[in-house]
Amino acid sequence: MTKLDSKIPAGPLAEKWTNYKAHQNLVNPANKRKVDIIVIGTGLAGGAAAASLSEMGFNVNVFCIQDSPRRAHSIAAQGGINAAKNYPNDGDSIYRLFYDTIKGGDYRAREANVYRLAEVSNNIIDQCVAQGVPFAREYGGLLDNRSFGGALVSRTFYARGQTGQQLLLGAYSALSKQIGKGAVKMYTRREMLDVVKIDGRARGVIVRNLVTGKLERHAAHAVLLATGGYGNLFFLSTNAMTSNGSAAWRAYKRGAFFANPSFVQIHPTCIPVHGDYQSKLTLMSESLRNDGRIWVPKKKEDAVKIQKGQMKPTDIPEEERDYYLERRYPAFGNLVPRDVASRAAKERCDAGFGVGSTGLAVYLDFKSSIERLGKKVIEARYGNLFQMYEKIVDANPYETPMMIYPAIHYTMGGTWVDYELQSTIPGLFVGGEANFSDHGANRLGASALMQGLSDGYFVLPYTMQNYLADQITVPHFKTDSSEFDAAEKDVQERINKLLAVKGGHTVDSFHRRLGLIMWDNVGMARNQAGLEKAITEIKALRKEFWQDVKVPGTNDGLNVELEKALRVADFLELGELMAYDALNRKESSGGHFREEYQTPEGEAMRNDNEFMYAAAWEYKGDDQKPELHKEPLIYENIEVKQRNYKTA
Amino acid sequence: MDLKLKIWRQPSAHADGKFVDYQVTKISKDASFLEMLDILNEELVNKGEDPVAFDHDCREGICGMCSLFINGRPHGPDNAVTTCQLHMRKFKDGETVTIEPWRAKPFPVLKDLMVDRSAFDEIIQAGGFVSIATGGVPDANSIPIRKQNADLAMDAAACIGCGACVAACKNASAMLFVSAKVSQLALLPQGKVEAKERVQKMVAKMDELGFGNCTNTYACEAECPKEISVTNIARMNREFLVAKLS
Repeated sequence: MTKLDSKIPAGPLAEKWTNYKAHQNLVNPANKRKVDIIVIGTGLAGGAAAASLSEMGFNVNVFCIQDSPRRAHSIAAQGGINAAKNYPNDGDSIYRLFYDTIKGGDYRAREANVYRLAEVSNNIIDQCVAQGVPFAREYGGLLDNRSFGGALVSRTFYARGQTGQQLLLGAYSALSKQIGKGAVKMYTRREMLDVVKIDGRARGVIVRNLVTGKLERHAAHAVLLATGGYGNLFFLSTNAMTSNGSAAWRAYKRGAFFANPSFVQIHPTCIPVHGDYQSKLTLMSESLRNDGRIWVPKKKEDAVKIQKGQMKPTDIPEEERDYYLERRYPAFGNLVPRDVASRAAKERCDAGFGVGSTGLAVYLDFKSSIERLGKKVIEARYGNLFQMYEKIVDANPYETPMMIYPAIHYTMGGTWVDYELQSTIPGLFVGGEANFSDHGANRLGASALMQGLSDGYFVLPYTMQNYLADQITVPHFKTDSSEFDAAEKDVQERINKLLAVKGGHTVDSFHRRLGLIMWDNVGMARNQAGLEKAITEIKALRKEFWQDVKVPGTNDGLNVELEKALRVADFLELGELMAYDALNRKESSGGHFREEYQTPEGEAMRNDNEFMYAAAWEYKGDDQKPELHKEPLIYENIEVKQRNYKTA
Repeated sequence: MDLKLKIWRQPSAHADGKFVDYQVTKISKDASFLEMLDILNEELVNKGEDPVAFDHDCREGICGMCSLFINGRPHGPDNAVTTCQLHMRKFKDGETVTIEPWRAKPFPVLKDLMVDRSAFDEIIQAGGFVSIATGGVPDANSIPIRKQNADLAMDAAACIGCGACVAACKNASAMLFVSAKVSQLALLPQGKVEAKERVQKMVAKMDELGFGNCTNTYACEAECPKEISVTNIARMNREFLVAKLS
C-alpha cells in the first residue's frame, strides 16, 4: 500500500491547483529546447498536450496510428463538452460541476483531480473559441448551452452533433501550427509496442511503422501516453477500429499500475446489434435524451407482436407505453446518468418488454418534442444524427421512434496516475481516457472531452514541466543502448511468434469469442460465478490463440492481420485483469454492477466501508496473480451518499 | 445478396497494380460496405491469401479515414455518406462492383486501396489555424458572433478531410478542402486577423503539392460526403483577391 503516492497538494480543495502551480518547478526557455518529449496519440489529450508543450519550447515528437493526427477517435464524440461557465444563469458553479462529477462517478474518483478538472473547464471553452471552434450560438451572438445526463443545469457547449470533431480539429490546428514551424516532429501510421526504461525511468518507446513493418526506436526525457481506452476488448463497441489497449498494457507490463480495469461505461443510446458480421456499434448522442423520450410497451403481448413484426410502435397508444425512466426517476427522467439508463433498458428487455426483432432494444421517441417544438427545431438540433440513423437502419426517426440499446463506449479505468498524471513509472505520464483519474465508476456525458482537453492544454504542460526541471542537464538519449536493444528484441520476438503459429483461425474469430465472454460475464451485470467462469474461459482462449491463430504474410510491410493479432494478444491478457478486478470489488458502483449487491429497488449498492478505494494492479509476471494496491479515496468536501436520481 | 467485385490490388507504392476479381455471397443488405469487405478479407485470410488493404477507422462517417472509389464515384452510389456509412441495400443482387483507390497525383497509393493523404495535412500546416498559444485568451463570451456567421462557419468546418473532392475532380483540385478551412476562419472574428496571410500560404502550398486548378464543374460538391458547398470556393477566391490587392 505504500507504493502509491497520489501527491495531492496540501491546502483547501479550491486552492490546491493554484498552490501547485505557484510552487512547482519550471524550466527556463533556453533549457526547454534541450529536453525531448514523446507523445503517443493525437486525440484531445495528446494533441492538445503536444501543441502546448511545443509552444512552451520543448522538443516534441508525436506519434499517431492513423494517416493523420486529425483522425483520432475523439473526433467521434457528438454531444458536447461541459464547463462551469454558468452563462445560462441557472445556478452552476465550479463546485457544482465538481460535485456532479464525483456523484456521477458514484464516489470512486479522487476529489482533488476532479476539482481541478471543474476549475479549468472554463479555460477550455475560452481556448477553443479563440482557436475558431464554431460552437453553437444564440441569436444575440453568445454561446448556447444544452443539458446532459446527471446534471440539473445546462452546462454543455456544443457544435451541432459534432462537438468532438470541432474540438479535435481545434487541437489539430494548434498542433499543425507547431508542425509547420518545425517545432513538432509528427510520425503518422505508427503504433507503440513498448515503453523503454533506463534506470527505472521512461526514456523512450519502440514503435512499428505500419506501412513498412519496420520497428523504430525513439528516445526522450519523458513519455506521454494519450492512447485512449480499451473498450474494443469487447470486439463490439462504439470505439474506432484501431482503438486498442496495447500501449497501456505494455506500460503495465513494464511497471505502470493499472487502476479499476473493470470500470467500463456502457452507453445507453446506441444502435442495436443487427447481425453477426457486424464490425462495430454506432452511438447516438446522449444529447438526444434532451428531447427524446425512452419507452417500451406496457403489455408484454404488444412487445412480442412488435418483435414478430406484427405491430408497429406507432400502433401503440400513449396510455399503453411505459416511459420507464420517467416512471422510476421522476427528478431526472430521461436524463439520468448513463449507467442508470443502461441498466434500466437491460432490466426491461430481460423482463421481455424489449422491442426490435431481437427483443434487445428500446424506443427513443421524438414525437412529443416534434409536436411541441416543430420538426424544424428538432432538425436543427439533431439533423445529422437523424440522418446517420436513417443511413444505418433505413428508418426515418422523424416518423417512427429510434431503436436503441446499450453498448460498450468508454473505459473509466486505465493506467493509475497521481495528481500530476504521472504513472508509477517515473517519467511516464498518461492523459485522457487512457488514465483512470477523473470519472470514478461512471463518466457523465460531455465530460470526456472536458477531461481530454483539461489534461492536454492545462494540466500536463505544467506537471510534465515540474518533472523535467531537474532533467535539463541530462543529454539527449541515444537509442543504441542495451535497454533499447532488449525492448526491440522483445517486440520482434512477439511478432515472430505470432507469425510462426500458422494456425487455423483468424484473429477476428478469437476477438469475437473474447468479446462474447466479456459481454456475457464482465458486462452490464456481473456475479461471482460468471466472473470466475470468465477467467477460466479467457485463460483457455488465450492458450488456444497462441496455438491456433492464423496471421498471414510477413513483417516486411503493411500487415493489418499482424497489427490486429498484436492488439488481441494484449486484450486476451487485459480481459482477465478486468475480470479479476470485478471479482475483487464486492459491491456495485457506477458502471460496475454486481448482482449480489443491489438495493431492493434494483439500484447499485456500494460498500463504502470496504471499497472506497481505487484498485491499482501491479504486474507480477505472466501467469502470476497481479498484486492489488489500494489508494484510499478520502472525501473531505462532499458528503458521501447513495446516488439518488428520483428526487432533486 | 451475391456480388462480383473488381478490386484494385497493388502490393506497394512502387509496384504495378491491377484489377482482381472476387466473389462474395450471402451478404446481408443491412451490412455496411466495409463489413462486406471484412467478410471478403476473412475469407481471403482463411485461404491464406493477402487481405485487401483499405483505410478506415471510426466507421461512423466522421474521422475521414475511409475512402474508396466505388463504381466510379468517391464513397459510392449513395449521396452524403462516407464509404463506412454506405450500406449494401444500395446495391442490387448479382451486381458487379468496381473498387478503386482515390486516383490523384498528390495522393499516391501505398497499398491496394490505401493512399497517402499527408498533402492535406501539409496544407493545414501552412496556415489552417489561428496563431494563438495555449492560455492568455479572452473569455469566450467576450467575442460575440452573429449566429448566421457561426452557422456558416460550422457548415464549412464539417469537412472531414477525406479527399473525395480531389478524387472526384478531373483536375485533382483541392479547392473545396482548402476553401472550407479558409471560409470557416474568415467567417469568424478570431480568424480575421490573419485572413490575408492564411489564404495566400494555403493556396501556395496547395499549388506546390501538385493539386490542379478549379474549372467549376462542381463534382467536388456533388460527391462530398458532408455536403460542403462550393460557395466556400467563391469565398476563398474573394479572400485571395482581397489579400492580393491589399
